[in-house]
This record gives sequence, structure tokens and C-alpha cells, in this order.
Amino acid sequence: MRYAMSTEEVVAMTRQPELDMPLGPYRVLDLTQGGCLIGPRILGDLGADVIKIERPGGDPSRSLGPFYRDTIDPQKSLFWFAYCANKRGITLDIETADGKELFMALAKAADFVVESFPVGYLADLGLGYDALSRTNPRIVMTSITPFGQEGPKSRYKGCDLTEWATAGCLYTMGAPDHAPTWITFGAQSSLHAGAEAAAGSLIAHWHREQTGEGQHVDVSAQKSLAWLNQATIQMWEVNRYIYHRAGAMWVTGHGVARRQCYACKDGFVAFTVFGGGLVNLVMATRAMVAWMAEEGVAPDWLKTFNWVDGFDTSRLTQETVDRVEAPFAHFFMDRTKAELWEQSLKRGIVLAPVNTLGDVAADPHLQARRFWEQVPHPELGEELTYCGAFYKFSETPLRIRRRAPLIGEHNQEIYERELGISREKLVLLKQAGAI
Amino acid sequence: MEQKQALKGVKVANFAWVGVGPLHVRYLALHGATVVRVESHARPDTLRLMMPYRGGPGINNSPWFAEINPNAYGISINMGKPSGLEIAWRLIEWADIMIESFIPGTMKKWSLDYENVRKKKPDIIYVSTCQMGQTGPYAKFAGFGYQAGGISGFTYISGMPDTTPGPTQIAYTDVIAPRFGAAALLAALDYRRRTGKGQYLEQGQFETSCHFLAPHIMDYLISKRVLERNGNRNPSAAPHGVYPCRGSDRWCALAVFNDEEWRSLACVMGRSELADAPSFATVLARKKNEDELDALIAGWTLDRTAEQLEAMLQAAGIASAVVADTEDLVSDPQLRSQGYFKKLKHSVVGEHLYRTMGFTMSRTPPELERPGPALGEHNEYVFKELLHMTDDEIADALAEGGVTTEADLPQISASL
Repeated sequence: MRYAMSTEEVVAMTRQPELDMPLGPYRVLDLTQGGCLIGPRILGDLGADVIKIERPGGDPSRSLGPFYRDTIDPQKSLFWFAYCANKRGITLDIETADGKELFMALAKAADFVVESFPVGYLADLGLGYDALSRTNPRIVMTSITPFGQEGPKSRYKGCDLTEWATAGCLYTMGAPDHAPTWITFGAQSSLHAGAEAAAGSLIAHWHREQTGEGQHVDVSAQKSLAWLNQATIQMWEVNRYIYHRAGAMWVTGHGVARRQCYACKDGFVAFTVFGGGLVNLVMATRAMVAWMAEEGVAPDWLKTFNWVDGFDTSRLTQETVDRVEAPFAHFFMDRTKAELWEQSLKRGIVLAPVNTLGDVAADPHLQARRFWEQVPHPELGEELTYCGAFYKFSETPLRIRRRAPLIGEHNQEIYERELGISREKLVLLKQAGAI
Repeated sequence: MEQKQALKGVKVANFAWVGVGPLHVRYLALHGATVVRVESHARPDTLRLMMPYRGGPGINNSPWFAEINPNAYGISINMGKPSGLEIAWRLIEWADIMIESFIPGTMKKWSLDYENVRKKKPDIIYVSTCQMGQTGPYAKFAGFGYQAGGISGFTYISGMPDTTPGPTQIAYTDVIAPRFGAAALLAALDYRRRTGKGQYLEQGQFETSCHFLAPHIMDYLISKRVLERNGNRNPSAAPHGVYPCRGSDRWCALAVFNDEEWRSLACVMGRSELADAPSFATVLARKKNEDELDALIAGWTLDRTAEQLEAMLQAAGIASAVVADTEDLVSDPQLRSQGYFKKLKHSVVGEHLYRTMGFTMSRTPPELERPGPALGEHNEYVFKELLHMTDDEIADALAEGGVTTEADLPQISASL
């Protein structure tokens, strides 16, 4: 079936661009899933018109929990709500001939396509970067995969846990007497890769605006996550030291284990005893000791301890660390995380509470900064609270302009009013299963 | 053919230090932007004083500092001196973007806060990033990433249930914040290109990081459920875990998302009778009997190497991977084939490894050209070629202490 449409018609799509937003004039086609959805979400927050393309019946990511009031329903996934806000949504089966043609028509007028299919999937459908760039040489196509588009493992199957494993960061996490463990909200890998995709897409965008040339941005989750290793690369490079997980401890290049997570009266706090050449950190340690002294629980040797020479990382012994850490651990056990946090803020101590997500949701600092945003969900008959702007822009403030789309919510708006497809043809496309 | 670079011509004055701010700039520096990193001997970057050092302790001996700041020109000035402050202003006049990551209020001490800067340079894109943001009751809290991981909720959900949380070894939110930050400042740059307007961008890294936990924060707000740490379990997959392999502290991660993959796994294990066993045949059954399932898998993996398991399972269409340690990572054939690590020769550290980016690009790939700067390494180049200072001006700034030298290192650093 043909639906006649000229290039001019496609380009004359009718959405009013939000020119008061940093990316107002641009359109993004979103073919991502899972945590990768955050990439187009970032572009949407920055003002781009993001169209999430779902397969008919709904995107697989709608099955990801948790769910609104525990109702397992593709229209009530909180994962979907969180990562598809600021997007419009259409259904389209890009595996059908009609669907492909519709997709190419959309791509002709789009600035970005972001996708997270397995390597080669879109190319096999005739919708890879080569095909898209022939239709629209300005297009920036960003592909997110576990290993990138090329290389001996590019076609390996991956998921969030295995990506975390391939990047070297899983090995360094968890308790030493157990298997390495990840972060329990396991979408972290694809969230990192998705956010990296937003940055890469916008570098390509700048180049496109200077030269008119689009390009293919090839995001690898493994490469993105390898940044999580921070200085463990240098520890290996300089000393051939392989960092092993140490639970609540932090192990230096000399193999000395220092505690960074202490139990307190009602939970845990993040704290490390610092000394040596770092002036500001020595001051923080002294401030903690001063508080302990005021409370009458600092042993005399601790009050006069030489933090500069006696606790320099490059010369520390495990014996010194264990002796020095003990009075701190004891002090924390008698105090709540709120008490410890309050005094740390007041005294310039480098200590913070190990918050639960409930603590985060109730955090007074985030409330004082008006971080949370209320977003109406008419279909639920209430407003839900969302994480607010990831960056505060003075001239073009970011906000949630629309909640995540329902399945096919913008089919009519986009296919009929913007692409100019007649209602009769739309009915036929629907019967054919393309939308 | 000369390599094209996407951001050639974009000029960045980088007043930021430690991790997050410089990592924002790294995205631009690897794509051709001209970046000047502003430092002072009087208050060296914390990362310069952190182990490991190569060639002994010293202000220029940290390969980690260097890896974070490649392609940048380094200058050393003291903005507490009039001539040092004057250089900062000339740099701001030169720049399209400036970024700082100090404790809120620090830039204002030098009258280099946004309100003041915009008066002289109305179209500047001015970026402030810090752990908590510029305002609010905790604004001045200056913690490390470890503290940020605790505050933002990641530490609590890391590790096995009923044990002390195993915080990420790394400063986890330090790796989240720059990805959003790079997107934010590139978007602001495009807005300026279209409208001529600069603006102030402000990041609380705590807030940015909340987006990586958003569905579960919403779940708490709606259903009052607190997410608890749960090892490697995944609510919609089983088995889903990390299993011991032959060798010392060797592990393989694997995940089975549906019954078809389970049948493949049973075959690979040589236990095809398990494929249809009532206690494991369906996802629901496997979730119910997950402890038993994990023990079964671990019994099978223990006799095999992680590399064998990865190959066997991938061949059967099951997501699986060696749990790579640092050495596995730097010798990983996939990363090597993509040129992910590159060696650059640093004047003090010597040749050492640099990671590129999480992505490459078909026309304008990221490029590592120069190692991170030694402290003040490019003073002359920046002062003369970029800021067009005269020899007399430079000499006066040196004499006044507006340009810092090794003599300005705090006593403590000299004894490193």
C-alpha cells in the first residue's frame, strides 16, 4: 500500500516547536528500550520533540516494574512513567513493509534516531544508518548496544548484569566473602549507556549544524561502564595491583583496608578517616575528633594524633588504621544518621547518611530546592511526583511538559495531522497490523 | 586527510577540579574544543595528591589526574592576586563556556560569580556543578563521591540483604553527573547559537543522580515501599546471578529471561531433564526455587573457567560474561579491537593509559591528542597565544604571584 506524500509535506509537519527550549526545534525518534530510554528522555527534557515508537500492543519496557499501586498493567509501569515523560508515543511495526515506509517518512523529517536493538537488526530491515542517511543525510543516528557495533563480541548477547560484569566494575563491588554484587535497581548499565547516548548525539548534532553532515554514533555499554572503574586502572598500571571487592572497606594500592561505611544507631553512614597531605580533609577529620572530644568520648591519643604525618595514605599500615577507626565506629553506634548528618554539616565533617530511597524522597534539601515536580495523570485521576530537572537552566528552565504516553496515544496526532495520512489509510494500516 | 573534530572552535575555561567538572569538559576536549584548565600551586587539585603515583609522590605524578584532563592546556594562577584575577577575566572574555565545581560561594569571593561575569560577558554559558547544588540547607557540604553515593540512595541498595551495604568502590554519582552535564551544556551551546543568549546552568549532583533511581523513588512515594538491597537478583529473571568458576576469585555472570533460554541452559549443563522439571520449567517456578536453582548452577560452574562458560553460554544464546577484573579489562579483546585504551606520553608520568569515551562516531570520533597537563605546563602558550598578553604583563604577574610556581606549593605537598 502506498500513502502518497512529498518531501515538502513531510517537512511541513505541524507541531509548533518549543523554541524557548534548548533543543526546541529538533525531533527525535526513540527506538530504545529499558534503561536506554533515558537517552531520548534527556533530549526531551532539553526540549526536543521525542516520539517514542512502540510496537503495536505496547513496548516491552512497559512490563518493567515497579508498578503504580502494584497494578501490573502496561499502562501503569513506573519504569515507563519515569523514562518516557516528555515523549509522545506512536505504535508502529517496523518489521512490516508499510511500517518501514512510515518509519522512513518519519526519519526524513527527524533530526535524531536513537535505538537500542541488537547489532544489525535495523540494517537487516533496511532501516540501518546507511539507508536512513540516504533519505536524510543530516540525520544523527545513535545506536546503543552492549559492546558497540564492531569487534569480536559485538554480537554477544548482553543484559544489565553481564554488561556490568564486562566493564570491570562488578568485580570490585560486594562483600569479599560472597560473589560480587551489583546495585539492586539493575537498570544501571543501560541507564549509563542511555545517558552517554544523549551526550554523544549532541556532539554529533553540533557537527551537523556546522557542516550539514549527519553521522552514526556507536554507544557501547561496556565502554560507558568502564568509566566506573575510576583509578583502579591506574592501580593496575602503576603497581600491577588488581582491585578486589572489599564490602564496606576501601582498599588502597598498598593493600590497606579502610572503612567507608559504618553502622550507626539506626542504619549506616558513609565516612572515611582521612589524613596526609590533603589539608581540607585533615581539617574535616580534626572537626570530627573535636566533636567526639566535646562529647567526652575521644581518647587522649586521638586528640593529639598527628593526622598529617601519622595518617598519610602512602605510608599507612593496617594496624594504624584499625586502631584509629575503632573510636569512630564506637561513637557512631550511639547516634542516629540524622544526628550525625546534622553535626557533620555544621562542623564541616565529611560524613553523610546512607539514605534509603524513602529518606531521599523526604529529603529536606531536595524539597528546599523545589526539586520534585507534580505531573498530572488524568487517566489515573491524580498527580504523581517526579524527579525534577537534572540541571537548572536560568534562561530555559527544564520541566516535565507531558507525562509518558499511553499506548498509541499520539497516533492520530502524528500520522493524521502531522504526516497527513488520511483516516481511511490509517484504518487500513491498523488492519494490516502496521500501527 | 586532517581529522575532523566536531567541536573545533568551541572555547572552554575550566575552573573546575577533582572529578565531575573536568569530566564534563572531557567530552568537549576529546572532540576538538580548546580547553584551558585553571589551577593553582597554592591549592592543588585533590586528584594530583591521590595515589597511585608513578615515579614517586609528586604534584605531576598522578596518572589518574592526567587521564581525567587530556587535551587541555594547563595554567597556574592565583586569583587572590590582582594580576591572577586579571588573567582569569581575560580567559573568561576569551571563552564560550566556563565551568566551576567549588563549594558554593567560592567564585563569588573573586567576584567571578555568574551575576558579575554576565555583566562583562552577557552570552557566557556558565556552569556550576557541585554535590548538593548552589542552594538549600546542605549546599556547602563538600563530600566525596562515597558520601554522595550514600546520600543519593545507591549505597543502601548495594550488597546482600541483612549485611552492611557494600558501597561501590568508586564515587558512583561522579560517573552519572557528567553524562547529563555534557548533554546540558551542549544543548545550551546550541541555544546560544540560535538565539545569541548565554545562560547559567546549575547542577546538584544529588538531583541528577536521582534519575537513576526514579522508578523506585516513585514507588516509595506512591506505595511507601522501600527498595532493599538484594544481591544480584532481578524480579523478572532467574537464574540471574554471579557464579563461582575455576581459579582464584573467578566468576561468571549469567541471566535467563524466559523459558526458552532456560531450556538452552539445561542443555548446555547436560541436564536436559531440568528443562521441564516442575520446580524450574517456568519463570515463576524458578523465582520460587531460586536459592536451590542458584546452588545447582554454582555446582556446575565451579568446575569450569569463566572464559569457557562465557563462550558455551553465548553459543547457546544466553547472556553471560566473565566478571572482568582490572587486568581482564585492560586486555579485553573487544575493547582492544575498538581502540578504547590509548597510550599517551606524559612529561612526568611517562606513557600511560587513557580511556576514550563510551561511544565512537562515524565522522568525528573522539581523539586523544595530549596527556593531562603538568601543573602550569601551558602558561606561556595560553598567556601569549590565546590571551595575547605581553611579555611585560606576564613578568609582572609572575613577580606579583598572580602566576603560581613550584615555590607556591603548600609545605605539605613539598613533603609528599
